[in-house]
Amino acid sequence: MSIPPGYYLALAGLMFTIGVIGVLVRRNAIVIFMFVELMLNAVNLILVTFARMRGALDGQVVVFFVLVVAAAEVVVGLAIILMISRRRGTANVDDISLLRW
Amino acid sequence: MPDLAQLGLYIFLLPLMGAVLLLFVGRRLDQFAGVLASSAVGLSFLLALMGWTRLLGQPAHGEGENLRSASIRVLDWIHVGRFDFGFDLLVDQLSIVMVLVVTGVGTLIHVYSIAYMAKDPRYHRYFAYLNLFVASMLLLVLADNLLLLYVGWEGVGLCSYLLIGFWFEKRPAHNAAKKAFIVNRIGDFAFLLGIFVLAGAVGSLTVGEINEAAGAMTAGIATIAGLLLFAGATGKSAQIPLYVWLPDAMEGPTPVSALIHAATMVTAGVYVVARFSPVFDQSEGALAVIGWIGALTALWAALMAAFEYDIKRVLAYSTISQLGYMFLAHGVGAYSVGIFHLVTHAFFKALMFLGAGAVMHALAGEVDMRRMGGLRKVLPVTGTTFAAGWLAICGLIPFSGFFSKDAILASAWANGDYALWTIGVATAFLTAYYMSRLYFRVFEGDPVVPDDAHPHDAPPAMAGPLIALAGAAVIGGLINLPGALTLEHFLEPVLGESHVPAGLTPWVLAGVALLVAAGGILVARSLYLLPGGEQRRARLYSIAPVLVEAARAKFYVDDIYGALVVRPAKALARAITDFFDVRVVDRGITGLGRVVAGASEVLRGLQTGYVRNYALAFLFGVVLLFSFVAVRVVT
Repeated sequence: MSIPPGYYLALAGLMFTIGVIGVLVRRNAIVIFMFVELMLNAVNLILVTFARMRGALDGQVVVFFVLVVAAAEVVVGLAIILMISRRRGTANVDDISLLRW
Repeated sequence: MPDLAQLGLYIFLLPLMGAVLLLFVGRRLDQFAGVLASSAVGLSFLLALMGWTRLLGQPAHGEGENLRSASIRVLDWIHVGRFDFGFDLLVDQLSIVMVLVVTGVGTLIHVYSIAYMAKDPRYHRYFAYLNLFVASMLLLVLADNLLLLYVGWEGVGLCSYLLIGFWFEKRPAHNAAKKAFIVNRIGDFAFLLGIFVLAGAVGSLTVGEINEAAGAMTAGIATIAGLLLFAGATGKSAQIPLYVWLPDAMEGPTPVSALIHAATMVTAGVYVVARFSPVFDQSEGALAVIGWIGALTALWAALMAAFEYDIKRVLAYSTISQLGYMFLAHGVGAYSVGIFHLVTHAFFKALMFLGAGAVMHALAGEVDMRRMGGLRKVLPVTGTTFAAGWLAICGLIPFSGFFSKDAILASAWANGDYALWTIGVATAFLTAYYMSRLYFRVFEGDPVVPDDAHPHDAPPAMAGPLIALAGAAVIGGLINLPGALTLEHFLEPVLGESHVPAGLTPWVLAGVALLVAAGGILVARSLYLLPGGEQRRARLYSIAPVLVEAARAKFYVDDIYGALVVRPAKALARAITDFFDVRVVDRGITGLGRVVAGASEVLRGLQTGYVRNYALAFLFGVVLLFSFVAVRVVT
């Protein structure tokens, strides 16, 4: 017995929405970061689901690319956040607004 | 072995390379800079001698065309429509004579400068400019098309500006430099228009094609083109009405004056008229204008020279006057005689300028001849060589000036221009008078030197060129002694024959010229050398005090130009700055800045610096895009 693809898509949609809301409302940079990851994984889920629906592999291949890019992004992003919190003792994004005029 | 035209190229390139080298690494060369510059020009001179002997080795005439000429296309330059200008050089009789004068006299002046400028802090730069000057002049005389000639023409103007204003810390020097440049620009503009006219009429600008097409030109075109070219020449060669820059140019170092007056620059106009003589031959009117302007300039400048006390300025007016003679010769169609006078004048005028420099060198920069006297006893080499130049310019036999001046007067007579001849003779008298006045005041009589000066005769590097030039000034006239190998005969294929009156007339004319010259010298002797001269002078001046006053004030020409041209031009410039520059340009720029600043004041509110705001904007954008795509897909 298999689960209908609609469930997967609904779950992915839910995850993505949670991710968007999280990015918008949270202040801690690391938490925001985790929500971004959540959105990425929602997209991954959608890709895998569609790949299965079409019976083709290309969607799953794209997922690998997303994973790699996400990993790279995490490395860079975490490094930046780490440096900021070391220098300024905080990871609150609202405190980091010096680059405006 | 390079062929003849390639020789021309090397002759031009040597001083140019010297200039480039000195401009870039001159500072490191230190005192060697002068030697380098001198040897560059000296080598050019040797090459020119080689070229000259090679020209002589070729037969002069062959099947109606000039065999003693060679041209070379060094580089392609401009290709537009039916015009094809190249970097073309032409070596023929006329250009080789000019090259010999430029490099020969130029070398001596370079050598002289080594000693004269030794203590100058911008020593290497001086020699770089000097070399560039010679290179520009060589380009001018070697160019095979008018456009390239114009490059040299402007190069000469630029170098004169740089050198006249060489001591630019002195206000008069940089004013004089500006004056020279601006006055020359006026002539240059006319010259450029002349080039356009010729380009339009002939369809080509090479020397050969213009001169070939000249025969078919209408008198109208030839007159317009000729007068425009001549207007350019009045600027470079300091003729009425554009001569005013030359006396002021005395602010430059004295060897520069010698270079400008003898070898480079002022001879350019004389050369150009001779070079395009077929065009001028086509127009009686243009020739008449040239002859009359030349004659009047000769007389006018001689009058001013007779009342000047600055020795360099006397020489400057004398140059203007002698250039007038050259144009007088051109005006009566005796081009080769004009070139002959150019050559002899180069010898004795360079000699006298360098002599004046030696006097200044000895007397701590003194130029006022009222504070000098009897210097021949103090400075024997300078005094003796100067005497040679003095006798040459006075036109006494057998000095060089006699032959060339006499040839000019004889040509004027032969052409039937008795009025021009009369002016020429009057000028000869004045020339003898003012040069003797200078010579007697400075070198004869009781020694007078300023208290603060320690007179010393010229050091070897200065004495050598003086002696060499004195030799040339004494025997230089022989190059045109009637016989097989005369200068006129040599130049004939390029400049055509010149006519000499027949029979006894030339002897009578020469006699008259000699008498007049002797008269001028005797008058100067009685006014300046013999006791009681002071009183005789006062009596003479009281005959026409107004004239004396006017001549001393340079006939008010500078004041008239100032009132008619300079002041209105300055007022116009001031008006334009006040209105256009301040109101339109400045305010426009400020206004633009204000607009941008105001816009940024408003727009920067968008940048909050909060990541959340940006993310939200991003989200909206994405939603908008997706809904747009969705709507497109559904409908």
